[in-house]
Amino acid sequence: MEWFTNPANSKSLGLLIFFVTFCLIVLWVYGSRSRSETLESHKNIPFLDDENDKNEERPHHG
Amino acid sequence: MTATAPAAAAEPYDYEIVKKFTIMSIVWGVVGMLVGVYIASELAWPWLNFDSPYFSFGRFRPVHTGAVIFGFGGSALFATSYYVVQRTCQTPLWGGGLVPFTFWGWQTVIVLAAVSYVTGYSQGREYAEMEWPIDILIELIWIAYLAIYIGTLMKRKQPHIYVANWFYLSFILATALLHTFNNLAVPVGLFTLKSYSLFSGPMDAMTQWWYGHNAVGFFLTAAFLGMMYYFVPKHAGRPIYSYRLSIVHFWALSFMYMWVGTHHLHWTALPDWASTLGATFSIMLLLPSWGGMINGIMTLSGAWDKLRTDPIMRFMIVALSFYGMSTFEGPLMSLKDVNALSHYTDWTVGHVHSGALGWVAMISFGSIYHMLPRLWKTEMYSVRLINVHFWLATIGVLLYVVAMWISGIMQGLMWRAFDDYGNLQYSFVESVAAMHPFYAMRALGGLFFLTGMCIMAYNAYMTIRQGQAQQAAAQLQAA
Repeated sequence: MEWFTNPANSKSLGLLIFFVTFCLIVLWVYGSRSRSETLESHKNIPFLDDENDKNEERPHHG
Repeated sequence: MTATAPAAAAEPYDYEIVKKFTIMSIVWGVVGMLVGVYIASELAWPWLNFDSPYFSFGRFRPVHTGAVIFGFGGSALFATSYYVVQRTCQTPLWGGGLVPFTFWGWQTVIVLAAVSYVTGYSQGREYAEMEWPIDILIELIWIAYLAIYIGTLMKRKQPHIYVANWFYLSFILATALLHTFNNLAVPVGLFTLKSYSLFSGPMDAMTQWWYGHNAVGFFLTAAFLGMMYYFVPKHAGRPIYSYRLSIVHFWALSFMYMWVGTHHLHWTALPDWASTLGATFSIMLLLPSWGGMINGIMTLSGAWDKLRTDPIMRFMIVALSFYGMSTFEGPLMSLKDVNALSHYTDWTVGHVHSGALGWVAMISFGSIYHMLPRLWKTEMYSVRLINVHFWLATIGVLLYVVAMWISGIMQGLMWRAFDDYGNLQYSFVESVAAMHPFYAMRALGGLFFLTGMCIMAYNAYMTIRQGQAQQAAAQLQAA
């Protein structure tokens, strides 16, 4: 416990945890073909509501 | 889960708040840039101070930075984030009365801050000059903003949260954190505006620059990247080049930005390891920054002709180019040896403005021009004026940045020049005199940029009037 409370140790440990987490995220993003396809499909979200440009807007908010 | 079509296509959005923030963004843009040109002119022609403290550079400078960063940039971020979160979640805003509170509260903050600076009240912390009562108001607005954003995300119709919202959310969270800790202060009295920081010495400086650089990182970068990830694909009519790259871009920025603030304090009383750490992370930041820039620019792959025909697209792509350029220049300046030359000189001012004018303002202009006709359900009053604005803005930034590069590097070299006897070769005032032509050039660059901003304000005003007239005519016809 004393080891963890020493800032010199906990800072390095924190850095290590962040680095490993980041590597895992990169691995998760690029590691599987099917997941890649799923993730890439999200790029179309901004285009899914094009119809709304033609609709009337809601009345005044406040 | 994959992206699904909207459940209820007729779900309307809350555009009134977006309209208000959009208008105020343009208004603050004109005001803030006007003050900017004035203070730039004061540096070139000091008689403009009129020997009055109320007109002095020291008091007007935070009025300029506050109006452009928080007034123009902040209002543009409120407008676009409220627009993007609704459209990508396909649901109106959550929050009821909290939503207009963020608008009126934020505008009050900008006005109060400006008045307090001109009357001589300042915490003396760059970009956080507001004294404690204004800080508390900001805290309340920010909590409301966070609640609205999360509330809206929670009632989304779309299973996936689009990446632009991640950037906006990280900006809201990080700004809350930065604002809170950097403004921990003890007021002198309950009925006085004056307060003193809770920190002292190097700790105080480090807290300030942890805030200062992350204000750049999360307020002026992450949030505007949220803007970029929605408006560039949307306006180009093509999805973002790589969604996976946008995810890595997001996490890399989030992990790295928080560490770099100490590069503002090289060669000071700060421990050497701390500033080395800041420089190291600054260099590492080059990778995600350029990854994001390439992701944005490559979105136009196969449709480069749009750059010839569409001035709004041109604003966005030039903004990304400046983003790339300033995120290359920043790490370069964070190196201790380069910093020894560049620090305290105009090079820093030029760097900040290549990011602020080239990246932040340009992507905001592009996004606002994209939104204006959609919000008021009309066409832009004049595409030609957008084109004129684009060229004025581009020439303005280039004049500004080039002037500051020359002036800054010359300044740094003159300050460190020694003669054969080891004495300083130049007096300080000689370096000031040498900078004069470049100060005039900078003021001219600012004037170009301001003129473009005024043209945008006119174009926006005419577009809104046109939209209102068309709607009134349509209602009359329907009746």
